[in-house]
Amino acid sequence: MLRQKWWKILCIVCLLYTFVAGFLGSVPAKPILHETIRNYYFHIAMWFSMMILFIVSLVYSIKYLRSNNHIFDIYALEYAKTGIVFGAMGLATGSAWAGFTWGAFWSNDPKQLGAVIALLIYLAYLVLRNSMTDMDKRARIGAVYNIFAFAMLFPTIWIIPRLVESLHPGGAGNPAIDADWRIRIVFWPGAMPGWALLGVWITTLRIRLQLLSEKRLYNHSIR
Amino acid sequence: MSKKVCSLLLFFCFWFAAPVVHAQGKDSVDIQKVWKGDRQPAGGPVEMADRLRADGKIYVVVAVVVIILLGLFLYVIRLDRKISRLEKESK
Repeated sequence: MLRQKWWKILCIVCLLYTFVAGFLGSVPAKPILHETIRNYYFHIAMWFSMMILFIVSLVYSIKYLRSNNHIFDIYALEYAKTGIVFGAMGLATGSAWAGFTWGAFWSNDPKQLGAVIALLIYLAYLVLRNSMTDMDKRARIGAVYNIFAFAMLFPTIWIIPRLVESLHPGGAGNPAIDADWRIRIVFWPGAMPGWALLGVWITTLRIRLQLLSEKRLYNHSIR
Repeated sequence: MSKKVCSLLLFFCFWFAAPVVHAQGKDSVDIQKVWKGDRQPAGGPVEMADRLRADGKIYVVVAVVVIILLGLFLYVIRLDRKISRLEKESK
């Protein structure tokens, strides 16, 4: 998987489809949103990709705790890092979108606040790791904290924003993803796998780089 | 492991795309209610950038975005190759 080609080609095809069909395809006409509804393919895909990357990170953290294999720790860390990048981009794109549709770049919407809290919890994961010098300790405590950070995604972005009144669609018990079919045919086959695979791609590059540098360090030390 | 994640992801995406086939026949008015401020304003249909598309200018934007995307892909692919070469060397 790490060095295979087919899913990278798939990623490119999906994203090209997203960008072409996303701009040229017909979209439902809605007041307030107008053409900005096309942000659906970009802004929302950022959050979904972040969630997928965090789930993969969680899986590797659990695998690390079960096996104590140091490689899984690297995997978990890099997936979390890319997830944070996607989350930050989701936040920035959402802020830009809100500025021109809801009238303010930040309006303390429950979903906005929840997303910020979730991202801060994940940023603390990086800080926590770097505060320890012992490799095993860092990996184990990091893995445990990563599981906790993932658990915090449930209240902060999946539950509370749904329960309360929100500017976002999906507030107050509505389903979050129930868009027009014209949006679905670009979002699900195009934007979702495309952006998520791009995140995975970048992460695998970082993992490989990390493994390489560790190998080099090891070779140096035995010389 | 990663292979499984990938196939699961793909399955998930096409699963959600599937209702499209059913949804096409229906009027999409009900679905639109989900979004805030969905009622048609009194002043006629919602203004969209239709004329821009008719004039063909939107294709310019698409071309620009696709060029940027292709450039980024090229960059990532080259990075990928570079790392692959490093891996080969260190073996």
